[in-house]
Amino acid sequence: MGVATMDANNSSDTDKARREYLVFALGKEEYGIDILKVQEIRGYDAVTRLAKSPSFIKGVINLRGHIVPIVDMRIKFDVGNVIYNDFTVVIILNVLNRTVGMVVDGVSDVIELSGDDIRPAPEFGAVMNTNYIQGLGVVGERMIIMVDIEKLMSSDEMALMDAAVAANV
Amino acid sequence: MTFDMSQFHQVFFDETAEHLVNMESLLLAINVQQPESEDLNAIFRAAHSIKGGAATFGFSDLAELTHVLENLLDKVRKNELPLSRDIVDASLLSGDLLKEMLAFHRGDEPVDEARIAVLKQKLEQLSVPGAAAVPSAPVAAPAVAASGRLHIEIYPPVAMAVEELWQRLAALGSLQIMQALDEQADPVIPALAVLTTASPCDDVVEMLAFLLPPESFKVVEDITVEDDGVGFFSLPALAPAGDIAFEEDGFGLFAPLPASTASPNADIAFEEDGFGLFAPLPAATASSKPGVAFEEDGFGLFEPLAAAPAAAPVPAAHHAPSPAKEPVRAEPRAATAGAATAGENSIRVSTDKVDLLLNLVGELVITQSMLMQYGSGLDSVEHENLLNSISLLQRNSRELQEAVMSIRMMPIAFVFNRFPRVVRDLAGKLDKQVELKMVGENTELDKGFIEKLSDPLTHLVRNSLDHGIESPEQRRAKGKKETGLLTLRAFHEGGSIVIEVTDDGAGLRRDKILSKARESGLPVSDTMSDTEVWALIFEPGFSTAAEVTDVSGRGVGMDVVRKNIVAMGGRIDISSMVDIGTTMTIRLPLTLAIMDGMSIKIADETYVLPLNYILESLQPKPSEVKTIAGRGQVVSVRGEYLPIVSVAEYFSIDAPASQPDKSILIIVESSSQKVALMVDELLGQQQFVVKNLEANYRKVEGLSGATIMGDGRVALILDVAAIVRMNLQKAHGEILTAQLH
Repeated sequence: MGVATMDANNSSDTDKARREYLVFALGKEEYGIDILKVQEIRGYDAVTRLAKSPSFIKGVINLRGHIVPIVDMRIKFDVGNVIYNDFTVVIILNVLNRTVGMVVDGVSDVIELSGDDIRPAPEFGAVMNTNYIQGLGVVGERMIIMVDIEKLMSSDEMALMDAAVAANV
Repeated sequence: MTFDMSQFHQVFFDETAEHLVNMESLLLAINVQQPESEDLNAIFRAAHSIKGGAATFGFSDLAELTHVLENLLDKVRKNELPLSRDIVDASLLSGDLLKEMLAFHRGDEPVDEARIAVLKQKLEQLSVPGAAAVPSAPVAAPAVAASGRLHIEIYPPVAMAVEELWQRLAALGSLQIMQALDEQADPVIPALAVLTTASPCDDVVEMLAFLLPPESFKVVEDITVEDDGVGFFSLPALAPAGDIAFEEDGFGLFAPLPASTASPNADIAFEEDGFGLFAPLPAATASSKPGVAFEEDGFGLFEPLAAAPAAAPVPAAHHAPSPAKEPVRAEPRAATAGAATAGENSIRVSTDKVDLLLNLVGELVITQSMLMQYGSGLDSVEHENLLNSISLLQRNSRELQEAVMSIRMMPIAFVFNRFPRVVRDLAGKLDKQVELKMVGENTELDKGFIEKLSDPLTHLVRNSLDHGIESPEQRRAKGKKETGLLTLRAFHEGGSIVIEVTDDGAGLRRDKILSKARESGLPVSDTMSDTEVWALIFEPGFSTAAEVTDVSGRGVGMDVVRKNIVAMGGRIDISSMVDIGTTMTIRLPLTLAIMDGMSIKIADETYVLPLNYILESLQPKPSEVKTIAGRGQVVSVRGEYLPIVSVAEYFSIDAPASQPDKSILIIVESSSQKVALMVDELLGQQQFVVKNLEANYRKVEGLSGATIMGDGRVALILDVAAIVRMNLQKAHGEILTAQLH
């Protein structure tokens, strides 16, 4: 159901304007998120573990005075090699007035897509629940899964917000 | 282009709240018999500013009520009405209602319309001079649609009761009585009224002609009644003269000035929109100044044209020595100017901005301490200049941090200021005589506390008045002064602020508290120390009041007070002596944003423990640690057995289970429960900038926040209260399970 409405939104929003998406890799799949939600990309270090949280919440970091939680999407979606080294990438997102860091396998590039380039997603076997998938972006030979990152980050399964806060979203 | 006013609403709310506070404190301080004109003016100005703001922002309910209040206050400040206790009470009540309305606009419960209507009527009655003479003055009926405005004057001889006349007029439309008839006065003061009616002027004249002799009434129709009520009646042969100063648009001016004698004295100041002024100055008699200012949209004041030579226009007649008028007028101007200058010295900044600043400074301090750390590895001779600069940077950034912190600090007067009113009202209600003394109002504390303190403090003050201070008879019987003394005192002590509520009343009764505690099934014994006994009154559901009054005694107060204070990271103590009095002492950390803490290490993780929970830390001997079958371990500290809570276990930290006798135990106390926290290492004590986790994440049980350490890493702050509570629940749970088996 989400697919159809999302598609309708997209066609009205993006038909004329082309928008930019940041593409990152998780396992063998490529995902795209609205670049306006991305604050910065940084390395992975100095994470303070938070007790009593799910395993994919690695902890919190000090991002210039702000305490920012870090989620590891590789653990969450059980893909890729979960190792932390100098090449581990954290995408710092700004969603719903909150800052969240997300560890992915890698960031490849920024692409520009118009509404026409995004096709409705069929029910398929991506690691992410299709509820969070806006559609499939096609760039040449590549197929990029477009993710509604706000919806994903505020979902219950990410456990990033108190229920009351998430309910207000 | 539409202009979004709502962005300024917050400013209006804040300012109005300030004006209300200001007005209330002035009203409370005022001497009813001999009010200072400066104070009256200040009160008026406050009401006036609220009205102006409310009207600008479209809060018509606020504007309407303040408008009525302002009319009354205006008359008082012009000495047209003597100040009375009734007026003060009504004004205070208006302040209360305005506050409620304000709260409503901020998203609270709506205010009961009926109360507003009753108050408005009361204010209007009070503002009619000689209200007693015209008790049934029909006031402000709902405005009549598409109506004309008639200015009516009545002179003696009046063949009938004026009241009856008013009633008949009121039946035609909305009647506003400006001035009551006074036949005794010399010269006779005519009755004045403004009738807003749909009936044609002629009908009204006819009706009056039917009731009164033709020479004793006069009706003038105000043609331009619309909106601002600009009615300029330039009667033939009359010209406005003299230095009449207007300040804003929209007046109706009737200034029949018989030529030649005119006046250096028509020195009339208007303050805002919409006046009608009729100021006929009979020749040669221009002894006094018709310094009459009305602030109503489009009123008319008719002075007797035909009056006796000595005719002093009425309002001025009250101004005993008329030259005094000039200074009186000048004064508020000067004061306004003064207030404006004071206003320019402070700016209103959102707390977000201050917090951001605080954040940045915190970052700077961290960066500086990192520099310091790297610098310490350098050769002190070779890099002397660099090291000197680093230590200079340290001093500067510390000073900067203090300065930024002080922005958040506000004098406690913001909390104390409400108490003169609370005490006055309550003492009246309880028939007690109480003098309130406030000491150290300028003691500063974090703005966050200011708001949270007022409820607990009000509880304490009410308690002191209700249970503490005795009735005058009892006090006399005890040989005390009839007037009880309630002292609010605030001062700094070490890193905390102390607030004391002291009364010289009956004191707490040990026997009463103990017997009450037994009744409620609390574990007590006669050997308990006084401090322990006094602490009982903080237990939920505890009240020793002989009877439940509407002031206190429901037993919900004190435990909530303690809960609130503890939530702020503070604590409350009681000391009391029978018949000498009781002192409640609240201790709070200076600020919420910075906390003294002890950093501790568990395995390789660093945590911070708020210092105010820590009693002591110790390394126990193996013999002092006992294991209770299935319930974990306890440690004996000077004969007291305290449960040991392993922080590593609590946070499921992966580390080899350590032995209590090989680690460090920190004894913490929360809600009178002591627990020994087991940690691996104490790192040191310092100040921490507290940050919350919920901003970007969510609440984590057992953690009250996070902070940033000198190396830039995040350390988590332990929520001692939650850990202690959890330990208690666990213990209860186990007892319950044991009982079940």
